[in-house]
Amino acid sequence: MNAQSTDIATYNFAYLDEQTKRMIRRAILKGIAIPGYQVPFASREMPMPYGWGTGGVQVTASIIGPDDVLKVIDQGANDTTNAVSIRAFFKKVAKVDVTTETAKATIIQTRHRIPEQPLTAGQVLVFQVPIPEPLRFLEPRETETRKMHALEEYGLMHVKLYEDIAKHGRIATSYAYPVKVEGRYVMDPSPTPKFDNPKMHRSPALQLFGAGREKRIYAVPPFTDVVSLDFEDHSFEVQTFDQPCALCGAENVYLDEVILDDHGGHMFVCSDTDHCEKRRADGHHGHLAPETHSASGKMEPAE
Amino acid sequence: MTDEPLLRVSALSKFYGSRVGCENVTFDLWPGEVLAVVGESGSGKTTLLSCLSTRLLPSSGTASYRMRDGQWRELYRMSEAERRFLMRTDWGLVHQNPADGLRMTVSAGANVGERLMAVGDRHYGRIRATAVDWLSRVEIDEDRIDDEPRAFSGGMRQRLQIARNLVTGPRLVFMDEPTGGLDVSVQARLLDLLRGLVTDLGLAAIVVTHDLAVARLLSQRMMVMKDGRVVESGLTDRVLEDPRAPYTQLLVSSILQV
Repeated sequence: MNAQSTDIATYNFAYLDEQTKRMIRRAILKGIAIPGYQVPFASREMPMPYGWGTGGVQVTASIIGPDDVLKVIDQGANDTTNAVSIRAFFKKVAKVDVTTETAKATIIQTRHRIPEQPLTAGQVLVFQVPIPEPLRFLEPRETETRKMHALEEYGLMHVKLYEDIAKHGRIATSYAYPVKVEGRYVMDPSPTPKFDNPKMHRSPALQLFGAGREKRIYAVPPFTDVVSLDFEDHSFEVQTFDQPCALCGAENVYLDEVILDDHGGHMFVCSDTDHCEKRRADGHHGHLAPETHSASGKMEPAE
Repeated sequence: MTDEPLLRVSALSKFYGSRVGCENVTFDLWPGEVLAVVGESGSGKTTLLSCLSTRLLPSSGTASYRMRDGQWRELYRMSEAERRFLMRTDWGLVHQNPADGLRMTVSAGANVGERLMAVGDRHYGRIRATAVDWLSRVEIDEDRIDDEPRAFSGGMRQRLQIARNLVTGPRLVFMDEPTGGLDVSVQARLLDLLRGLVTDLGLAAIVVTHDLAVARLLSQRMMVMKDGRVVESGLTDRVLEDPRAPYTQLLVSSILQV
């Protein structure tokens, strides 16, 4: 596993040194053993700024092997800066195969979405987490929040949901929606839309969460209960959209609003670009899709 | 009322290094009884209150509390989880500065409802109805339920803090200068309210104050502290009308007459 001889600097396989990877793997194993518990780890400086996925990259670097196939998504899209850069990074430092297809990937690093296509056993989903502590904005003291986790004092989490209902008439939290893992720890599922929360519940894939700046790793092992918090008289609901995807006609998927012109024109398209492209290749099309639905020539995503 | 005390404190001492916080404090507190702890600043009242409310561990001595099931438990031998549970169910703690006891960035309703949610209530409608009820009991208009305490006056904040503490029906409430920093008319209303609540709910309370008038209005029994030690204790009326210890005599004679 030598680095490219032409480079000035040479890197260890997957950028991190082996000691660091061992340390991170230990944290991951502990996280898997205690689902939803935030394990502190000695986060390293990465060649990217905090907030760009340093936690997710370190987790991926520690678990990736030469045979892995990596997919990286940013808000569901394969083709935004963050996703493209991280894919290129691992292609360079680990020489692994990369893909944009959910089914082909063994490791999927994501910033805030879970692919629409159900994940399978053996796949690993790595989340980039900005703020791992779900209680943070209610209780600023870390000593206190740790105690609250330890003693399972989670009344405060419902205070937040209460505030939502009092102010908006319903639970208006639409992302980073708190969940309870395996009946014990309350966990921030990273800022994924709450639309994706049900996909975490008893997922066959391993879900790992890395927060680089906050130096925390946590995990949801396969087939683990992940239940979104709610009230008896205001139950958890996911977002619904009144129209299907404008390009592929998919329903019951998470949609992004795309502005088309300066006159208020807009359309809703799948946030998961891989899912949308697949469906269009299979012959589905929405009301704004180009008429020639042969996927020849350049494939143009919405943006 | 039962014939057993609620709280038994025996030879409680707290030292900060070689400095005395409070020394050798012994008393029993009975259900429904209000005990005032008075003394000048630095006399150890607040240290004593912090020890009793288990926010500080004493250097020596014991304190036992009779739980709802009649079992006696020694406070400093309980696990932290049990102590914290006691704190948010069977006990209340009213701080001098309401900002210490309230969550200033969540609404009044959520402040009152927090304890209910902490003990597992998961029904929004019920929590809100209870919050409305408690706000009216402490004379806060129902239409202020969704306002943050930041928008409240000092007196309202203090009343909100009291509601927040009493919502789970505690049996014992600790109050640290509950009327400190309030002007006299607001103070009078708050005292009136407190006296009503304490009587209606049969609360036992330990009130720390330097204001003898507050002690006279609220309490049946009184402990006078000086330099960390109890110099005199007895029925409030007796202590104020017929002070025996020289320090108490000084204290009583220092009350400003209007």
